Amino acid sequence: MQDRHVISVLVENKPGVLARVSGMFSGRGFNIHSLAVAPTTDPQYSRMTVVTAGNEQIIEQIIKQLRKLINVVKVQDLTSGDYVDREMVLVRVKASAVERPQVLSTADIFRAKVVDVANDSITVEVTGTQNKIDAILRLLAPIGIMELIRTGTVAIPRGKKDLKHKGAS
Amino acid sequence: MKINGAQILFRSLKEEGVDTIFGYPGGAVLDIFDAMVRHFSGDFRFVLVRHEQAAVHAADGYARATGRPGICLVTSGPGGTNTVTGLATAYMDSIPVIVFTGQVPTPLIGNDAFQEADIVGITRPCTKHNYLVSRVDDLATTIKEAFIIATTGRPGPVLVDLPKDVAQAKAVFEYPHTLKLPSYKTTVKPHMPSIKRAAELITTAERPVIYAGGGVISSAAYKELRTFAEMTGFPVAMTLMGLGCFPGTHPLSLGMLGMHGTYRANMAVANSDLLFAVGARFDDRVTGKLEEFATNAKIIHVDIDPTSIQKTIAVDIPIVADARDVLVKLIEVLKNKGYSAKSGKRLKDWHALLTRWRSEQRLRFDRSTETIKPQFVVEKLYEITSGKAIISTEVGQNQMWAAQYYLFDRPRTLLTSGGLGTMGYGFPAAIGAQIAFPDRLVIDIAGDGSIQMNIQELATVAQYQLPVKIAILNNGFLGMVRQWQERFYDNIYAHTDITASPDFVKLAEAYGAVGLRARNTAEVEPTIKKALQIKGPVIMDFIVEREEGVYPMVPSGSSIKEMILV
Repeated sequence: MQDRHVISVLVENKPGVLARVSGMFSGRGFNIHSLAVAPTTDPQYSRMTVVTAGNEQIIEQIIKQLRKLINVVKVQDLTSGDYVDREMVLVRVKASAVERPQVLSTADIFRAKVVDVANDSITVEVTGTQNKIDAILRLLAPIGIMELIRTGTVAIPRGKKDLKHKGAS
Repeated sequence: MKINGAQILFRSLKEEGVDTIFGYPGGAVLDIFDAMVRHFSGDFRFVLVRHEQAAVHAADGYARATGRPGICLVTSGPGGTNTVTGLATAYMDSIPVIVFTGQVPTPLIGNDAFQEADIVGITRPCTKHNYLVSRVDDLATTIKEAFIIATTGRPGPVLVDLPKDVAQAKAVFEYPHTLKLPSYKTTVKPHMPSIKRAAELITTAERPVIYAGGGVISSAAYKELRTFAEMTGFPVAMTLMGLGCFPGTHPLSLGMLGMHGTYRANMAVANSDLLFAVGARFDDRVTGKLEEFATNAKIIHVDIDPTSIQKTIAVDIPIVADARDVLVKLIEVLKNKGYSAKSGKRLKDWHALLTRWRSEQRLRFDRSTETIKPQFVVEKLYEITSGKAIISTEVGQNQMWAAQYYLFDRPRTLLTSGGLGTMGYGFPAAIGAQIAFPDRLVIDIAGDGSIQMNIQELATVAQYQLPVKIAILNNGFLGMVRQWQERFYDNIYAHTDITASPDFVKLAEAYGAVGLRARNTAEVEPTIKKALQIKGPVIMDFIVEREEGVYPMVPSGSSIKEMILV
């Protein structure tokens, strides 16, 4: 069973840490579907959200190998609990005057924002779960997607289960 | 008072109790070498090797023989890249080695400067951790961290990259004696409920086997392992890395298990109902075909590294902790349960079976030949040295015969590249051990292929008059690969014939060492005896049976029950 897992990794914000994490994945043959990283409110630490897939044994090994990295402070498999995940997409859709209403109404249904309009295109910003994003992209595809940028998933546990480490927030 | 980075390095090493450094100078480390000679001449023994790879292997051999971290100092660029094989070797076998590399000055980093290499990037996957020190103020703390990380938990190599301007810049020296590393978790206390569950299985097992690896040596748990084995009556099979952690001559020793393990060790594991794995990692050379490995056994797995547990094989009771802590607790729990050697009486049938396997299929070779059998050389080395030498090996047949025929009674007496299988490891490792123990006998059991991978170190042993003895089992082949070609590739010996090798006797002499040769069985013993009487370095060139194979052998990917016996 290749289940999708969202793993949140709190790391020290030091040079080379991203390379250590991504190198561990590639060196051991684990997949990375997406990886998003940015500093936490405490700039000494960064948080990575890694989306990966694998059977139970592989996911266990990924988590252990992450914990073994010296600069990794905390690892949590969010998929094992209740969590919120979001991804943002910027998508430029081919839209002349004729197609424009169709694009706008689709964007509206998905509560997407129009961030740029040109003579022959509209750029839309969509935020949501992977399912929602996949759905809107399916609808926009026949109109003509010219360019597409995805951030990769970021995720946070619901309620009080925070990812804090002493000194980090 | 401010001192420069180079001096901070040596002051820090002194704080860590370092007195020996293996290395090779170069442009980026001129300031460091200058400081060593100018300010610390009486403090360190510097061993100048002839290739940086050998410096790391020597530091590694020093670490394996002593249990203390081995220290290495080399220059930037090629100096650093030459350490990669040494680092990977130490990493696979969990050996504490700290390598300091020079680096081009920080303003030049990234410019493809002369002798620049991104050594931190290159060695990231083959070190436990590594550092680029970009400010002299961070140097002392970084060195402290490097020592902590290299020597605690599951040990391993650490590399510290020192740009030339950092070595030149000045700072006040203050060595941190304690350091908190927020993200580095070391030893955890053994989980008592798991220990109690393990004790339950131990008291009821009918066909138990202890499977002991290098972790027993790293954690210095040999006494506890022996106590545990003797009180339970459990037989002990060792991995290549574990040899010596339990006396090889002990009645409970099954010898080595795995691909070239003994018949009785593999049969015992295959038929066991309880496998107590300690400080071992279920490596493919041990398990053979995973689906058929110890299928009827409950498995208790003790390891300090959580990633070793459930990596290849599902276990019933995982215990993440230091091997010694676990054995101490386990012995205590068993004693409290009133368990004693007598309780082991239920194992009578099991012991009888083990004895039967032992007598059915002993390690053996043809003793009637005039041509030297390589096994005979190792056996003679064992007899003549009374098993008391420190043995290093190269990799291949020489390594397996050393593991089979030299019975290691003490820990830290076998230095061998188990995980990475690095040809060229044994000779420099022997140098490291000999530097640590000038009065002990250190012998490198080598092949004619492997020895040539670091043969330049003859200059090092000659320079320091290190009495390292090298026994070359010379068959004119890359023997282990040839053996596989014989067995599995229709006898097509693709590029494994290396009869075009130098005259090792003359070669030894060229370097200022002594060379001896034995051409037939009768000459083996006199050659060894003569070599051992010589104070300096000696090469013994044993011209052995060309196509002798290492047996038993479990073909790669087969169950360990399926041994080829001869």
